[in-house]
Amino acid sequence: MALLEIENLVVEFETASGPFRAVDGVSLKVDEREVLAIVGESGSGKSVSMLAIMGLLPWTAKVSADKALFNGKDMLGMSQSERRRIVGRDVAMIFQEPMASLNPCFTVGYQIEEVLRFHLGLDRKKRHARAVELFTQVGIPNPEERLSSYPHQMSGGQCQRVMIAMAIACNPKLLIADEPTTALDVTIQKQILDLLMNLQAENGMGMIMITHNMGVVAETADRVIVQYKGRKMEEADVLSLFEAPKNAYTRALLAALPDNATGDRLPTIAGLMLEGNASVAASQ
Amino acid sequence: MSAGAEIVVEGRDIKRDYIVPGGVFKPARTVHAVKGVSFKVEKGKTLAIVGESGCGKSTLARIITLIDPATSGELLLDGHKVDIAAGRPTPELRRKVQIVFQNPYGSLNPRQKIGDVLMEPLVINTDTPAAERRDRAYDMLRKVGLEDKHFNRYPHMFSGGQRQRIAIARALMLRPSLLVLDEPVSALDLSVQAQVLNLLADLQDEFQLTYVFISHDLSVVRYIADDVMVMYFGEAVEYGSRDAVFSNPQHSYTKTLFAATPRADVDSIKARLAKKAAA
Repeated sequence: MALLEIENLVVEFETASGPFRAVDGVSLKVDEREVLAIVGESGSGKSVSMLAIMGLLPWTAKVSADKALFNGKDMLGMSQSERRRIVGRDVAMIFQEPMASLNPCFTVGYQIEEVLRFHLGLDRKKRHARAVELFTQVGIPNPEERLSSYPHQMSGGQCQRVMIAMAIACNPKLLIADEPTTALDVTIQKQILDLLMNLQAENGMGMIMITHNMGVVAETADRVIVQYKGRKMEEADVLSLFEAPKNAYTRALLAALPDNATGDRLPTIAGLMLEGNASVAASQ
Repeated sequence: MSAGAEIVVEGRDIKRDYIVPGGVFKPARTVHAVKGVSFKVEKGKTLAIVGESGCGKSTLARIITLIDPATSGELLLDGHKVDIAAGRPTPELRRKVQIVFQNPYGSLNPRQKIGDVLMEPLVINTDTPAAERRDRAYDMLRKVGLEDKHFNRYPHMFSGGQRQRIAIARALMLRPSLLVLDEPVSALDLSVQAQVLNLLADLQDEFQLTYVFISHDLSVVRYIADDVMVMYFGEAVEYGSRDAVFSNPQHSYTKTLFAATPRADVDSIKARLAKKAAA
């Protein structure tokens, strides 16, 4: 059985000029021990679809799906309190901007222990011990001291590690990483990706890697979904996607990588807007 | 200096210190942001400065753009020594160097129409008549791939890529010889990034522009640069032609940087998958 199975997910936002469809009929499946990458440019609905499943969108969003099963349970049909017990424990998310996602008013130790208290009900001593263990695991030096730091006292890379520690605190079955390395330098990015892939292999987690960076996809994913304007353009295993992309949009995206530049100019996607839409129409 | 290769900008042992003020119990501290960097850029060429956050590359950009003075060392523009610590730079000097900032959302005044954004450098630094200012703004708007109808719009009505085009247009209004680009494409999507990089290449050909291109993205640097300088903790640890730096990096930090850059080619994916299957 797939760990997460979504069929025909639609997310709409009510706006002054009528409803706006951010996610338009996306289906996906993640198995245990599998890394699925969702790639797309900003506005392609890759974050929104995951937030919708976690129930983290504001009330203005209308979410519907034919199927949204996590571990066999319907994520959209369940009550808010039921969902709260699963989200953060069995499904965890690493959010995009660590500086903005951590609460500046509390120490990082408090924030990580809150997760442990709420989901696992550990007592104070065990919580502390586990927090130290987690900080060690994600490679934060002096974990004992660092627990009493506030987010602003840590660097971007360290905050990202805190976010990861928080997400893996309850040994989740599925980890959703939303642009986990976008704000970081390449050397730090490398460390964080290595860390995530090690944790994934050790704990046997399923993982969804949301990113717009083709390099990150190539370095981490087993399977890839390419999304554009809320629609799925292509789904393939990572090797065939890079070797022989089928969809015109995917091809253009890969061609726009400066690494692949052959002549003086980079091919751009501008002309593809039409072509891409045509191929969407053709595939339906 | 040889006549064939005109040097537009040259830095000789540029240093910049910042003094972090102390408190009652803490003495003041000096941070050496740039520790003696030298470079030369020929007309029409691109020097890329690569490094991580905090390595001093933006500080160097501010010195080259005459925003901040260097603590010591010499900066030469078109062969003439420039020292803004000694006196305010003249409008002629200002005209020579312009900058494009990283974040196109933060670097445009939200209450200024695009036309006014473009005309403002002319108002401040020249005495061009109003009609000519307007004509030149329209011309520049078309040059960077926007249309006349955009003239009276506000920045929030544009996408990130369009805003970066506007920022580039503004920088070019004074017809500078040197353009400093501080991470101009790192906030943009891949496809938009390609368009902006193409635009920069076209403009360089057309106006014989010299670029100092600051970036942390090695694939972009490899695409656009003629020369590359790698900075690490305020020092230039590697400086040479693009091909030399990319094919044969000398410093260990440069090698680390290359090794850390994710590779999106089929061979490295195969290698990774094979390694994973073996584990």
